[in-house]
Order: sequence, then C-alpha cells, then structure tokens
Amino acid sequence: MNAAHAHEAHHDELPRGITRWLFTTNHKDIGRLYIGFSVIMFLVGGILAMLIRTELLRPTLLFPPEIYNQIITVHGLVMVFAAVMPATTGLANYLIPMMIGAPDMALPRLNNWGFWLLPPAAVLLVMPFFLMLFGIGNGAIDTGWTMYAPLSVQGGIGVDFAIFAIYLMGASSLLSSINIIVTIFNMRAPGMTMMKLPIFVWSWLITAFLLIAVFPPLVAGATMLFADRHFGTHFFNAAGGGDPVLWEHLFWFFGHPEVYILLLPTTGILPHILSTFSRKPIYGYKAQVYSFWAIGALSVVVWAHHMFTSGMPVAAQLYFMYATMAISIPVAVLFYCWFATIWQGSMTFETPMLFALGYIVLFGVGGLTGLVLSDAVADQQYHNSYFLVAHFHYALFGGPVMGIIAATYYYLPKITGRMYSETLGKWHFWQTLVGFNLTFIPQFFLGIAGMPRRIPDYALQFAHLNMLSSIGAYILGSAQLLLVYNLIQVMRGVGKKATTQVWEGAQGLEFTLSSPPPYHSFETQPVIQ
Amino acid sequence: MPAAGAGRNRRLTIILVIVVLGFFGFGFALVPLYNSFCKLTGLNGKTGGPVKASAVAGMKVDGAREIKVGFTSAVMPGLNWKFKPLHPDMVVHPGAITTTGYVVSNPSDHAETGQAIMSIVPGRAARYFKKLECFCFHQETIKAGEFRKMKLVFFISPKVPKDVRSIIVSYSFFPVKKRS
Repeated sequence: MNAAHAHEAHHDELPRGITRWLFTTNHKDIGRLYIGFSVIMFLVGGILAMLIRTELLRPTLLFPPEIYNQIITVHGLVMVFAAVMPATTGLANYLIPMMIGAPDMALPRLNNWGFWLLPPAAVLLVMPFFLMLFGIGNGAIDTGWTMYAPLSVQGGIGVDFAIFAIYLMGASSLLSSINIIVTIFNMRAPGMTMMKLPIFVWSWLITAFLLIAVFPPLVAGATMLFADRHFGTHFFNAAGGGDPVLWEHLFWFFGHPEVYILLLPTTGILPHILSTFSRKPIYGYKAQVYSFWAIGALSVVVWAHHMFTSGMPVAAQLYFMYATMAISIPVAVLFYCWFATIWQGSMTFETPMLFALGYIVLFGVGGLTGLVLSDAVADQQYHNSYFLVAHFHYALFGGPVMGIIAATYYYLPKITGRMYSETLGKWHFWQTLVGFNLTFIPQFFLGIAGMPRRIPDYALQFAHLNMLSSIGAYILGSAQLLLVYNLIQVMRGVGKKATTQVWEGAQGLEFTLSSPPPYHSFETQPVIQ
Repeated sequence: MPAAGAGRNRRLTIILVIVVLGFFGFGFALVPLYNSFCKLTGLNGKTGGPVKASAVAGMKVDGAREIKVGFTSAVMPGLNWKFKPLHPDMVVHPGAITTTGYVVSNPSDHAETGQAIMSIVPGRAARYFKKLECFCFHQETIKAGEFRKMKLVFFISPKVPKDVRSIIVSYSFFPVKKRS
C-alpha cells in the first residue's frame, strides 16, 4: 500500500474545554471518548466483580441475597454493554477512517449523538443502587443479565431503569453501526476495493450488520416486557396466555449474535498485531473474511442452544446442537490463519503481542469448552453451573477483553504519540494471565462438581476452590490498575516519542500518518495501488 | 467521491434505517409466529380450546393401548388457595372420554379470582390431549372459605404417537388482577 504523504500538524482552531468534547464531530475525538468511557465502565464492572468474588470467598453471606443478585446482574450488563461494546466501537471510530483513507466518518453528527447516548444509559443502569440508599425502590435490576420472564415481569423499578438503558444503548449502537456501514461502503480511498480492506474493517462491517439485525428485536422484546409490566399485556405472562419462554427466544435471538458482536472486532484486530510482531504478512486474508461472513450468518440461527433445558423437542435440540458445533469450523479457520501468520516469523514479544498470544490460548479454551456445552446431552449437566460461568469468561475475557487490551497497547503510541512503559505492560500481561486462570480454572471444576451459578452462598465442599478463585480475581482485578496507570502516564506525556510507524513491522495507512495523527487525517485522499 | 458522497450517504443511511425498522417489526412478528409454531408442534405443552362433543361422536376407543395420565397442581404467588387433583393418576385408553376434576378451596378471608393455565409433558403429546369441558376455559372466583369441585372432561386422541405411554397434565392457578 503506497499511501499518500503524511501531513504535518494541521492548523485548525480546536474548540477548548468541555464543549470540544460535547459537540465534537471528529472521529478521533469520538473514538477517544468511547475508549475513555469504556475504561471507566470496565473499572465499574470490575469493582462489581470484586464484590461478587468477595461474597463467594467463603461460604457465608456478606450481602443480602437480593443485593448479590443486583451486583451480578449489573456486572454483566455493564461489562457487555458499557465496557466491551463501547471499546470496540471506539476503536472502529478511531481507526476505520484512517485505515480506509477517509477524512472522517460518513455521518459525523450522528456519531456524536451515538456516543453521548451512552453515559446516560450507564447512569440509568447504576442509579437504582443509589436510589435504594435514599429509600426509593428496591435497588437495581436483579434478574441476571438475561432478564428472564417472569422474574423481569415481577421485578422492581430496577428492571424499568434497565429497559430504558437498553433503549439508549440500542439507539447508540444502531447509530454507530449505520455510520460504520455507510463509511465503509462510501468513503473508501480510490483503489481501496472491498477485498483490499484491512481485516479489522471487514470484521467491523460484519459486526455492524449483525447489530442492525439483532438489536432491534431485543428492543422490541424490551418494549413487550415494559408493556407486560405496566400496561397489562400478556406477552410473557402465562396467566394471560403468554409464554415466558418466548422472552428467552427473543432475548437469545439477540443474545447469541451479541457474543459475536463482542468477539468479531477483536478477531479483526488480532491479525494486524500478529503480523506486525511476526514481521510477516497476514496469512489467509480471504479465508478470514469468508470466515467472518460464515460466523455472522451462523450466529443468528443457533440461539436456542442457550435453552436446551427449557423443554424443546429432540429434533430442535439436535438442530441447534449441530448448527452450534458448525460455528467452530469458521472459527477454527481463523485460528489456523493466526497460527500460520506467526509461523516461522521473526517474533518479538512486546505487550500487544503478548496479549494477542494470550488471546489465542484463552479464547481457545473458551471455544473448546463451548463445544462441550453445545452438546445437548452434556448441557443438561452443565447448564447454569459454574462450568458455564468459566466458559463464557474464557470466551468473553479471553477473547474480546484480551483483544481490546492488545489493541489498546498496539495503538496507544499512535493515538497519544508516546510509548507506554513496556515493563509495566509486561507485568500487566503476566499478572492478568495468572490471575485470570486462577480465577476461572477452579470454576470449571466447581461446575462439574455441581455448583450452580447466581447463588450468594454454597455448600461447604466448594469452599477451597472458591477461595482460590477469589484470590485469582483479586490478582486479576489489581492487574488492571497497571493498565490504568500506564494509560494515565502516557496521556500526561510521559514516555518516549513514538515514530510514525511505531512498530517495526506495522503496515497500513494508519501507520503512514504521524503519531499522534493530525486532527483531520487525510487532506487529499491517498490512492491505493 | 466526496462531492457526490452526501447523496450516496443519505441514500444508504435511509436504506439502513428502514432495515433497522424492519427488524424491529420482525421482533414483534416473532410473537404470533412463535404462538402458531407452538400450536402446530405442541411446543411448551400448549393445548387448544374446547372440543365439541358432537365433533367426536364416531370416535373409536383404542382398547389395546393404555396411557398413564398424571395430574399435578400449582398455585402461583398472589392466591391463597389450596388446589389438588381428584385423581393424581389415571390409566386411560386413547379415544375414551374420561371425566375427572380438581378440588379447590379458599381458606383466606376474602374472595379471589384465578385463571388456571395448563401444560402437558411431553410437549409432542399436547395436541392429542383434547378437552370437552374444563375449568381452565374461564376464570374462577372462589369466595372466602369456599370449597369447590371443578370438572375436567377430556380424551386422548387415538392418533397419539405410539411411543407416548404416559402424560403429565399440569394445572397452575394464576391470580387475576381486577382492573378498573
């Protein structure tokens, strides 16, 4: 890719103070807002996780069970909707215009609105906790993040707050998805054909299509839930001829593709990092792009594997089992391409590379244990046990979160113009790896031994493994403070200046721009040969 | 490209917004789709409404087959009733019209109204379980201290699959909120 010349600093009057961030339509500003918001919510969700593990440290009750239920529910919702999704959306906003040689996103004002819907949504999710302290309502949503009826029909005001948070977050991610699709289709630099798109851009294109297809049905479901709660309808209320299982279908029709919405952008960023630090081109570009399509398409037809124990006919169980297992084929293609990319490369192990390799290992465990759960027969045993909890943390932390951290370290010098502390980064990685495995490996055994999820107290035979798991969680949680410290240091301008290419093997249009890139990336669009 | 970009962007944006609205509608369309799918397959043990006695006049009883039918009961939070089947277990021949029932009493000090919802296990037998008369076809109001026998007249269609040897029929009483 012979990109056009990089520009020297662009002399625009930047608006100062809070209004710059409130009214900004610049994709880099909005990208940074998303990432900053995500870091804050990652810490909020993390504190909730620490509370969960503190409750489970020993077999006794620290919190009333209702409070514990609220903590686990808000932990899940915050991590999925307010930490991981904004992080990948932020990366998309920051990187996609630079990667495809566009001056900005196609719909910049919509972009601004898309971001500023998020903080109110986060406030809505968390606020009922504080309202409860003042004697209003009975706390936050306490149904588990899946919001199953009839619990969510009967629950307190926390459920209403969560429904409105879903509206806002839904509107936000639909706006950004539309924006991303329009940008990718219409704003590419001359010569940048679809099959020359950087692989991260491809992964986000599929993600955006998925969001457009599955978030609206969730919003529809949330509307029905709201009507059931307040307007006397009976969508999920068995007394009036409704069916609670219908909610499960509506939720998982969104909920399963959601997993891939979290995952895909990081499977897109991974090849860039692996190729950079192996000093080899990305292996199997086409295979990976087609795998994204296959994963996207399959992800919307497998939702009921979350409901094997809800009394489905055998034929339906078989279909959902085989369809689910089929997803492992395109995912295996991705793994193959990742291995082939680093195979016999001259690898170096900077922090982003460490997190990328950690991703492959941890997400691999998450994927393989997913195959165990997708077996309709085995699932009768593992369903709603701690085995499941360990599985989806390997899949969602081991995949998306590791990928986002890798991408953060990888692009941090590009975004801020400063190199972060490599020593701290490596400490962060190893502490994360040890802490994470110590937290979740015991949970596999707890699950097999029969410990159910979503309980604040447990039988005595689970005590030792739970204590190990909690100690692991404290190690994992404190490790993330290293990341925060590193981020703050870099933003304060500590650290050596980053070069334009940042990393020796880095490829792509974004690495032809200065670090940090000018406020407006390309004055004349680069031409791709 | 940027010159002509605005129009193209607007067109694609409008198309995508329409797609979003379409999928929003699809979410609602899933409700009737799901209900008819359940009715068709008996998923979740849903059974149909009343069957007229005249419609089954010429039905043959399959004396060679016996199916064990178990009855269970549940009262949902919000009702203070006691609710039990008259016969927890019965053995019936497919095609034989059988009469049984439930007893309900209201030990509380005020009248309450409830609606019984039934469900069948296994689900694939649900559409062969036919009711001629059932207390679940309408709401029941039980006065304070009242004791009542409620009738259920049913038969199992002779077309029921051969491997169905036992059926569990479950009734749950849900409270009915009076709306002004």
